[in-house]
Amino acid sequence: MEALLASAIGLLTAVGIYLMLRLRTFPVILGLTFLSYAVNLFLFVSGRLAVDAAPIVGTTDTPADPLPQALVLTAIVISFGMTAVIMIMAIAGHLQAGHDRIDLDDRDGA
Amino acid sequence: MSLALIAALPFLGALLPGLMIRAGRNACAIATGAVTLLALILLVREAPAVLRGDIVQTRIDWMPALGLNATFFLDGLGLMFAGLILGIGLLIILYARFYLAKSDPMGQFFTYLLLFQGAMLGIVLSDNILLLLIFWELTSLSSFLLIGYWKHLPEGRQGARMALAVTGGGGLALIAGMLILGNIAGSYDLTAILAQKEAIQTSPLYLPALILILIGAFTKSAQFPFHFWLPHAMAAPTPVSAYLHSATMVKAGIFLMARMWPILSGTYEWFVIVTFTGLATMLIGAKIALYKDDLKALLAYSTVSQLGLITMLLGFGTPEAATVALFHILNHAVFKAALFMTAGIVDHETGTRDLRQLGGLRRLMPVTFAIAAVASLSMAGLPPLNGFLSKEMMLEEAAHIIWPNPWLIGALATFGALLSVGYAFRFLAHGFLGPMRDDYLHKPHDPGFGLWAAPALLAVLVVAVGVWPNQMVGWILDPAATATSGRGIYTNISHWHGLSAPALWMSLAAFGGGFVLLGAYPRLRTVWDATPRPDAKLIFDGIVEPLADAARQVTVGLHNGTFSRSLVVAVLLVGVLSLMAFLTGAPHAPGTRPSIPANPVMLGLWLILVLAALATPLVHRNRLVALILTGVVGLLIAPLFAYFSAPDLALTQLSVEVVTLLLMLLALNFLPKETPVESRLPRKLRDAALAGFAGLGIGGLAYAMMTRAPAFDPISAFHWAQSKPGAGGTNAVNTIIVDFRGYDTFGEIIVLGIAALVIYALTEALLRTPAVTARLAAQPRVRESGDRHPAMLVVATRLLLPMAMMVGTYIYLRGHNLPGGGFVAGLVFAIAYLMQYMASGYDWSHARQRYDHHVLIGCGVLVAALAGVGAWAFGLPFLTSGYTYVHLEPLEEFELATAAIFDLGVFLCVLGAVLLALASLSRLALRTGERPNATAHDLEVPR
Repeated sequence: MEALLASAIGLLTAVGIYLMLRLRTFPVILGLTFLSYAVNLFLFVSGRLAVDAAPIVGTTDTPADPLPQALVLTAIVISFGMTAVIMIMAIAGHLQAGHDRIDLDDRDGA
Repeated sequence: MSLALIAALPFLGALLPGLMIRAGRNACAIATGAVTLLALILLVREAPAVLRGDIVQTRIDWMPALGLNATFFLDGLGLMFAGLILGIGLLIILYARFYLAKSDPMGQFFTYLLLFQGAMLGIVLSDNILLLLIFWELTSLSSFLLIGYWKHLPEGRQGARMALAVTGGGGLALIAGMLILGNIAGSYDLTAILAQKEAIQTSPLYLPALILILIGAFTKSAQFPFHFWLPHAMAAPTPVSAYLHSATMVKAGIFLMARMWPILSGTYEWFVIVTFTGLATMLIGAKIALYKDDLKALLAYSTVSQLGLITMLLGFGTPEAATVALFHILNHAVFKAALFMTAGIVDHETGTRDLRQLGGLRRLMPVTFAIAAVASLSMAGLPPLNGFLSKEMMLEEAAHIIWPNPWLIGALATFGALLSVGYAFRFLAHGFLGPMRDDYLHKPHDPGFGLWAAPALLAVLVVAVGVWPNQMVGWILDPAATATSGRGIYTNISHWHGLSAPALWMSLAAFGGGFVLLGAYPRLRTVWDATPRPDAKLIFDGIVEPLADAARQVTVGLHNGTFSRSLVVAVLLVGVLSLMAFLTGAPHAPGTRPSIPANPVMLGLWLILVLAALATPLVHRNRLVALILTGVVGLLIAPLFAYFSAPDLALTQLSVEVVTLLLMLLALNFLPKETPVESRLPRKLRDAALAGFAGLGIGGLAYAMMTRAPAFDPISAFHWAQSKPGAGGTNAVNTIIVDFRGYDTFGEIIVLGIAALVIYALTEALLRTPAVTARLAAQPRVRESGDRHPAMLVVATRLLLPMAMMVGTYIYLRGHNLPGGGFVAGLVFAIAYLMQYMASGYDWSHARQRYDHHVLIGCGVLVAALAGVGAWAFGLPFLTSGYTYVHLEPLEEFELATAAIFDLGVFLCVLGAVLLALASLSRLALRTGERPNATAHDLEVPR
């Protein structure tokens, strides 16, 4: 299973970076979402994988590491807040500038 | 504590002028003066002990292991300088109150001035040299602000920049020198370093340390060849010139040399470097001063020259010469501040500072003339004024220096004195004497008392010190000289040393020569004007411009405002560095941690996830499809969490994903639905290669990590063991969130609340921009369904609302012991509400909301804070939780924990933030011409 998860993390990172390199706001935000998935998963697996070992006292003696879980839990909520903020910024940019390009100077974006 | 307070007072007081300016310019100046006066009173309270010969110390340990402590000490030298800084500071504040024009922002000026004052006090009071270095840099920064105070003048900005570059650069050298010194001495405390003369002077690192420290001191005190910044700093308002560039900042370098005198002086290297730098500065400064027409430029170069004189005296290395240096510091501060102030008055009254356009002011401005005459004659060294005393003593010391031959230093010093007589006379003669001119724009006259009070007081001091030197300054000079030279010194300053004293004849020669110089001035001027000279500013610009250009090229090459380019650079840099680490690292076999066998269901989920993720970049131009695919990926991560023993994460991921999808769908309303084709194939391939490279690295890293046991034992064993006995909950993830790392969570909900408020504020701003609302109204209308609010959906969401709330409450209540908690509960509630908005529209739902979303956020943060503060009532630190078991008939025994109250705060904040974010977006939608609905499910007739 480790290989599956590692490959999923790698793939999510790659998709995230590819989308973030696009030149319009919406794909960039999607890319950031993908990158958040990858980062959250990466942090989560830093506690190593365990099956049937939810860190609830009394249900197991060899629990999964609860600390990365707690950190990722708040990270998930915060990344929602961040996505929401850049989303409104993207909308504001589009409504004010009339386009949704991200680059001030996109000469090299041909 | 008291010493630290003296240094801190100006910094604290720097807040006042900005506020007090609202009460008027007088209030502002009085507040500034009060701060300075208070610091002066505190200083005077320490004075008796210092004058007895004690050293007053204040010690605040911060990081003792690193030698980083806030330690202050006050000895005679520090007392003399601190008194000078605060005393002259008071006079400057008075002068500046009347000098600054109505249009000048006075609050800003006094704030900068106090910042500078605090930094200067810090330098002279610091015991720890690292602390001293910080204050040293602060003087450079605050003087930058003061010199560039008149932001509209290009000379001011350029002068400020040059001063910062030179003194800041010297500061860097000083840091290196001081660190070497601290290393040799094994301590960063000055008092400890000062006791180690032997060790320091015999160290092989003595010479590098000496040179680096001297570069710091020479740049600050405008010694040759770094003298050029001082004249350019004259673009500052005159009170700044009088304060920084005559009395205090430029003396910081001198102070440092005096401070280090006991351990650095006395060697051959010290003598040669310091003496000859000082001598050269004295001669060059004096010569240029003689030919300057601008009053302030003349004074600036004369300051350079006088600073050179003091430096030279310190270089001699004898206690007597050092004492004379200290005496001249005092005298120079007094007469030069007075001269700068009179120059400011002349400028103020006549509108010019050009000596060629001035003259005959003696009759027009008698008071100013009297002050200028006393001060400039003192600068020339005329008896019995104070400048005469220290200059004659200087000549006496110079006459006794027999290296490199018995007469060279004495002769050159006399020549320097001769030049100073020349420029001092010129200041007076060409400005105030001579025939009265009638080509002034307005007839100049003496200014009001406020403007001339401060220089007049200084002029009185010039005379008083000159007549009764021992009574006036002996009490402070002796302890200062004792502190500098390290042995008890009792000076007896006298006016007459007898006919056999060489100084008498040297003085007379200087005066005679000075008069000749003044007489021959027109002819000398012709020669001077015809000789080519290097322009320091051109040389400086010639060095700085290419450097700045190079820096600009690098910056623009990396960040030209193109987001995608910055991202490429960042990814490439991290990637290449990681690759280097990878290639040079240990063998890269996978770890040996036993792996978990694959599960067919998980394999299936993984396959869908991979397909959805791969498809997203392929179809991303259709934004709706890309969004749905993103949602699929996000939702699939939830079962992954659940399978790998993270039920809390699964719940959170699931609910956040729903909310995120709703948000993005809403947002897509206002953005184009398609992404146009912009990138050609090579660029796409490049991006794909870069992304693949990064993904491969991250994936490999994750795999390497997962197949190995942690290198260090995770700290979570503690959390696990303490979850039940310490925090009273069995769900270790939840106890970490609300208890062990409660502070962290507290910060996070505040951030979330701020994010929601930012969204709200941005929406408000957008709605107030006419161009935006016009564009919104013109949005192409998507063909809507005829049934905007289907009855089925409306009825179902109404039914679901109480159920969802019950589930949310249940999740909240059980969170401490089983998967759940405030975060998830808040999200469940939010989704239940959002469904009402979706079913019946914004207006209808919002009208039925009893509480504003802002209030929810505020309440959440407050409740969480109160839960934390509650611990104080029991004498425990912030956010310490307590719990107890309650048994209420007919309920079963249940647990009551303060952590649950904290979690309630989390719940409220999350609920408020999510609702506020989505509601703000909905408000934008109302401006697109969407018709608000009056009833819960109204039909729209298809067009």
